[in-house]
Amino acid sequence: MRTLSALFRDRRFSLGAAIMSVLIILALLSLFAPYDPTEWRVVPRDLPPSLEHFLGTSSLGQDVFWQLTSAIRNSLLLALLAASISRVIALTLGLVAGYSGGVIDRVLMFFNDGFLVLPLLLIFVLLAMILKEQLSLLTMALLFGVMGWAFDARLMRSQILSLREREFTYTAILSGTPVLRLIFNEYLLFVVPLAMATLIGNMIWVTGMEVTLAYLGLTDVTIPTLGTMLHFALNHQAILLGLWWWIFAPIGAAVALFSSLYLLSVSVSEYLDPRARIQRVGAR
Amino acid sequence: MRFVRRYLIPRLIQYVLVTILGITMIFFLPRLMPIGPVEKMVANIQARGAYMDPKAAEETIRALREMYGLDKGLLEQYVAFWRRLFTGDFGPSLVAFPTPVNQLIATSLPWTFGLLLTTTVLIFIIGNLSGGLAGHFKRKRILKVVDGAVMFLAPMPYYIVALTLIILFAYIIPIFPIGGGYTIGAKVEFSWPFIKDVLRHAFLPAMSLILLGVATTHQIMRLIVQGVNEEGYVQYAKIGAVKERTIFGRYVMRTAMLPQITRFALGFAALFSGALVTEVVFAYPGLGSLAYRAILASDYNMLMGITTLSIFALTTSTLIIDLLNPLFDPRIRLT
Repeated sequence: MRTLSALFRDRRFSLGAAIMSVLIILALLSLFAPYDPTEWRVVPRDLPPSLEHFLGTSSLGQDVFWQLTSAIRNSLLLALLAASISRVIALTLGLVAGYSGGVIDRVLMFFNDGFLVLPLLLIFVLLAMILKEQLSLLTMALLFGVMGWAFDARLMRSQILSLREREFTYTAILSGTPVLRLIFNEYLLFVVPLAMATLIGNMIWVTGMEVTLAYLGLTDVTIPTLGTMLHFALNHQAILLGLWWWIFAPIGAAVALFSSLYLLSVSVSEYLDPRARIQRVGAR
Repeated sequence: MRFVRRYLIPRLIQYVLVTILGITMIFFLPRLMPIGPVEKMVANIQARGAYMDPKAAEETIRALREMYGLDKGLLEQYVAFWRRLFTGDFGPSLVAFPTPVNQLIATSLPWTFGLLLTTTVLIFIIGNLSGGLAGHFKRKRILKVVDGAVMFLAPMPYYIVALTLIILFAYIIPIFPIGGGYTIGAKVEFSWPFIKDVLRHAFLPAMSLILLGVATTHQIMRLIVQGVNEEGYVQYAKIGAVKERTIFGRYVMRTAMLPQITRFALGFAALFSGALVTEVVFAYPGLGSLAYRAILASDYNMLMGITTLSIFALTTSTLIIDLLNPLFDPRIRLT
């Protein structure tokens, strides 16, 4: 509770949390959608926003508002799922590399650095081109999760490196604590906050990748996500036809999602770094 | 000599190993997927309406498998793949059959390279300067405004910035062309009107890259400079009444630049992936557009060629920066 109230003292956190709650409410609303979001031609086409259709309708004959609610839900789910998968990998690798040190550490970090310089977007494009129709939310989450751990694994490792030099590690080792128990019972507590902070940052990355791939038409476009909505709007020349509600709905939602995640991640990671925290409190 | 042994040689070994790792990955990953590129290609031909009886399809698959050497063992394919890499042969492109892939890449490469090099350098200069100023002179009103703008801009996904720029400056106030590398029909030559035309077309794509790049560089540089400002030697210089400008230029910025130089290479890397979206959005005739055409036509050869080239470009640019680093940082030189 104290953590939360301290976090809410940061205006950026409150703002981010507020935007996020609106997005989550919208995503939950999708469960009550009167139309099936995967169906076309369920409402008249190209209607501007009105009381009946809050955000108008698209050229595909879909209600933009209800479409948007499912898009937000799917995008959030994908981001959370993929980021969780890559957190597990980053955490495991960071723990193993940081704790064991020596050759294991060097080999793992070599792979890590190799991953860092790879043009991941192009590799995703290459894989997505082959998978295309099979690229459902789950496979996409797996793909992003398996590839997106490199940067944070290094962060976790450095955290463990500093923990290993602490007094309690020596106490635990000298009193015969098994390594695994030491890692899971003692270290995990310290690393979990860091994992949470990087989780948000990774969600930004995943959403960005998803929108980019969908924008290029490389994902399963029948699943409504922010990316596929944008894909359809652009492919049907929504800008040229003056259907601004269709193109601005996914763009607005994406901007809201990105800003809120970003505000949350900046604020949380500053909270976790006590030096920055003191600076901020001192500045006021 | 110690420098060579402790810095240069490990770094070169790492370069070779990382490049091999990356290329090995893009060789094996597609082969781990449930459908191979060849089956996909046949499915595409069939989907386009050309009727194909099962026997002909079977034949095509076999012919293609033979052409790509897929009928041989995995290890053999891997060796053949490397042999082709060293001769710079990525096979024929499917989009523009039978033009070889490397010829198509060679014509698009200068466009991408020119755009990226200009933007990366500009981002480096502008972003570090504004970030450094904002971190050092925290109380200036203008810099606070810049900080706010950057806060808003930095998390934006790239295509949204790009689309906004197009909507603003190509539709609403049409001062820049919507897309393309030069006016259609213009003769490609080395003359002032043509260069002006190219620059006008490159302005919006470059601007979109610069806006976002500067925003992220600004934020990081601001944090670094704030950290350096806390250091004892800067405090000491302040107490010693060294001129503020000297402190900023020679004491703070020089130290804060070092990590940024390493980021310069990574920034180039990030741009390399980013260029794909830039060029698609702005229909700019570089590698990204070529990759996009390859995506639309499922041109596996071409995409493989572009990806391989990007891996080389990325690892090499990181290596070059790492090798230049001792020139800027005496601490590396002396270890």
